[in-house]
Amino acid sequence: MATVRFAVLRFPGSNCDQDALYTIRSIEGCEAEYVWHEEKTLRGFDVVVVPGGFSYGDYLRCGAVARFAPVMDALHQHAEAGRPVLGICNGFQILCEAHLLPGALVRNADCRFICRIVPLEVERNDTMFTSAYTAGETIHVPIAHGEGCFVTDEATLAELEEQGRILFRYSVKDGAKNPNGSMANIAGICSSKGNVLGMMPHPERAADKLLGSEDGRRLFISLKNSL
Amino acid sequence: MNLQTALEMGLNKAEYAQIIDLLQREPTLTELGMFAVMWSEHCGYKYSRPILSLFKNYREAQEQGALENAGVIALDDDLGIVFKVESHNHPSAVEPFQGAATGVGGILRDIFTMGARPVASLNSLRFGPLSNPHNRYLFEHVVAGISHYGNCVGVPTVAGEVMFHASYSGNPLVNAMAVGVVERSRIAGAAATGIGNPVLYVGSATGRDGIHGATFASVELGPDSESRRPNVQMGDPFMEKLLIEATLEALASGYIVGIQDMGAAGLTCSTCETASKGGTGMEIDVRKVPLREADMTPYEIMLSESQERMLCIVQDGKEEAVQAIFKKWGLHAAFVGRVTDDGLVRIRDNGEIVAEVPARALTDMCPTYHLDTREPEEIKTLQGFDPLQLPEPHQLSEPLTYSQCLLRLLDSPTIASKQWVTDQYDSMVQTQTLFLPGADAAVLRIRGSEKAIAVKIDGNGRYCRLDPFAGGQAAVAEACRNIACTGARPAGLTDNLNFANPEKPAGFWQFQRAVQGIAQAAEAFEVPVVSGNVSFYNETPEGPILPTPTIGAVGILDRIEHARGAAFTDAGCPVLLLQAYSDPSGGLGGSEFLSLIHGKEAGKPPLLSLEGERNLQQLLLAAAKNNLSATCHDLSEGGLAVALAECCILSGIGAYILLTQAMAETLPLSALLFGEAQGRALVTVNDEKDIARLEKLAQSFNVHAHWIGTTGGQELRIAVATTDCIRLPLGDMSEAWESAIPRRMSLSTAS
Repeated sequence: MATVRFAVLRFPGSNCDQDALYTIRSIEGCEAEYVWHEEKTLRGFDVVVVPGGFSYGDYLRCGAVARFAPVMDALHQHAEAGRPVLGICNGFQILCEAHLLPGALVRNADCRFICRIVPLEVERNDTMFTSAYTAGETIHVPIAHGEGCFVTDEATLAELEEQGRILFRYSVKDGAKNPNGSMANIAGICSSKGNVLGMMPHPERAADKLLGSEDGRRLFISLKNSL
Repeated sequence: MNLQTALEMGLNKAEYAQIIDLLQREPTLTELGMFAVMWSEHCGYKYSRPILSLFKNYREAQEQGALENAGVIALDDDLGIVFKVESHNHPSAVEPFQGAATGVGGILRDIFTMGARPVASLNSLRFGPLSNPHNRYLFEHVVAGISHYGNCVGVPTVAGEVMFHASYSGNPLVNAMAVGVVERSRIAGAAATGIGNPVLYVGSATGRDGIHGATFASVELGPDSESRRPNVQMGDPFMEKLLIEATLEALASGYIVGIQDMGAAGLTCSTCETASKGGTGMEIDVRKVPLREADMTPYEIMLSESQERMLCIVQDGKEEAVQAIFKKWGLHAAFVGRVTDDGLVRIRDNGEIVAEVPARALTDMCPTYHLDTREPEEIKTLQGFDPLQLPEPHQLSEPLTYSQCLLRLLDSPTIASKQWVTDQYDSMVQTQTLFLPGADAAVLRIRGSEKAIAVKIDGNGRYCRLDPFAGGQAAVAEACRNIACTGARPAGLTDNLNFANPEKPAGFWQFQRAVQGIAQAAEAFEVPVVSGNVSFYNETPEGPILPTPTIGAVGILDRIEHARGAAFTDAGCPVLLLQAYSDPSGGLGGSEFLSLIHGKEAGKPPLLSLEGERNLQQLLLAAAKNNLSATCHDLSEGGLAVALAECCILSGIGAYILLTQAMAETLPLSALLFGEAQGRALVTVNDEKDIARLEKLAQSFNVHAHWIGTTGGQELRIAVATTDCIRLPLGDMSEAWESAIPRRMSLSTAS
């Protein structure tokens, strides 16, 4: 089987780029390289990861500046060609700002940054991002964000629900609570074509038993298996 | 210039005369400003230097002229660990968000200036009681400032401590510690060498913020402190993140000869210190410095403490290569001058000379003072109080059961869960954090090494007030004990000495005694104090703070498998109390119990035996290494009962503990349950047959191992002889412990 090649975008202020790179490289059959925000091409990469952090300081609004980065044209082309794009945390915010995903991420309901390992429900496993999970499974993945509360208009929310585009929700079972006030407990959604996923939780931080959870690893394995 | 201006800048008459003598003329305004900041206590350590030479490492480094920005210890053959702590108390008192944020930024720069990648941040915080809205405001905004800055730069905030006491009302303590990893063969220096080498200014543009910040840090806080807000710097963590990446990349090029960050005293400090260290001079033109406002005067440019700036001395001829790296990261990179051979720091403004001062006059020739010391009168009275004479809680006019006392202690913000704080910090970025906040010490794996490190910061001002010498020792002992509990060998220390006005003999006596205690403990444990910071003048019109040295400790784990957590791992595990020595006072003096239940802060602080502490540390390491201990937790504030409760809450597993009257010796039960006698830790073993093995091992280190009970169930039950004295469901304890801070913080913070 050919090696799956991941691009990890690097904006000034990205800070989970290294973690994504290490995690992907630790998975057999996967390669990963950084792509600087000023690059104009993503040709040759199978998957593009938009990592977490504070791109351009997140000044103005999270992800609002990054959407104008030189590399973004190539990212749009990559997505339009139906190739996979994974936005994590700040990456999710950037994908929303770039209109590759609907809705927006606003300040957490209690207005404080929150870093914690939280339980997530995997809604379905018939997607390129979740095939290595069981549908309905509860997994444990860290979140670390100040602006992770997903909001959108009612029509879009209904569409997301109907089309099964909500892939991960914050679990509210067994006393667990929605950590940030997200609509419909949304933790991650995909595009209508299903090839662009944005999620606030950090799967790259849950890919090693030593760190307390390996649940995030299967997301990258799913991606590898889909290609 | 005249004397009046010098006095307004914080210099005294004799110092002003000395400056005239050094220059053989009156200083210019710019020169006077430069002297004022460099000769402030904050930069020049003019009062503390004679005392700091009590530290073996400091003394040796000073003698060899090798005092660097932050100390280094070896992790393995290739990698070193760099770490340092620094206070930002005064700025945080007047502008808590920016004060705390820039505290984090400043200490991180000390680390990556040495070529080390920052891998962890810690902090030690003190506030007044949360019943006061202004204290809640300070607490909320200090935490938010640390969160804002630390999260953005992508360095995990992994451990710390927060304590509350009335003496910190209006004078919070914000001590930020940073830890980095460096290739030992590539540690960057801060000397300006190579005559003619160009001097490169990089990072943020210079603005009018923070002028005379170092001078402000060297006076007491007062009613007019609020007007010092412009002295507080503004932080830009995004710029810092770029500076980290660009600096490390530039250092890796090999073209940087010397580098220093611009912290306190900004350009003044970085120019004169690098020149002084290199035995050279330096000439710069302030008009080449990137400015936020074009009309800034040379005085303002030289004294600005704008954040996120660096001064690099570059190899002649490599200007373009180095500049290109900083430009790639979108940073200012301007050549502002050159290294010279005349020993002078010469400042030009568009060519015209505005200051010309021998570099060493600003650094080495900073006057030092041997201040008077006098034992505070209250010490004898405080120590004369015997807590053992107090009635037991059930004998009080409003009687309390031991269970009620435990719940009260768990609800005390000093002891309670700090999750409200630590949830706001990204503790996981870089994916190296094995033990998250809340552990005895954070444990981090280090990429590129088989080894792991444990890091922690600790201090107890209450013990120090009662006896600063014992308190200083206790702070070192506790930090090292915490490290050893995780299975790591204590390998290096950094200290932040937070004290009151040193010009008052009682304040300076506290400082001197505490440093003596710290230095002695460090030598006894053979753990070097590799770096540190002094913060004086922590007093308000209401009085001084508790003398509060905080000790940052770094330990090394040869193998990750040796790491031990505090939470019980399973039901049915035997619980053992390790005790290295006995304390006839029961450890009630200066305890949280004494303060909370009896409203007293007096007595002698817990007895400290350095030999006993060392034995305990070695036993804990051996027990982890031989796979004997399953979990391990340090006993500190709140004593045995609180430590047991914490192990239960963290794991969701209860325990049944049976203490014997013999263990209490002649002490009252409150001392046995809540006394803070030192030299103790709780461990569990997996199996009953391991008990005898652990007892034997303990004996070989001269430590008593008492088998006191077994884990299991959903309650903590502590009986003495046959009588239950504490019996509490886990849910009740968790509720008290977890809600203590959020409940208080849900009240308005309007100030």
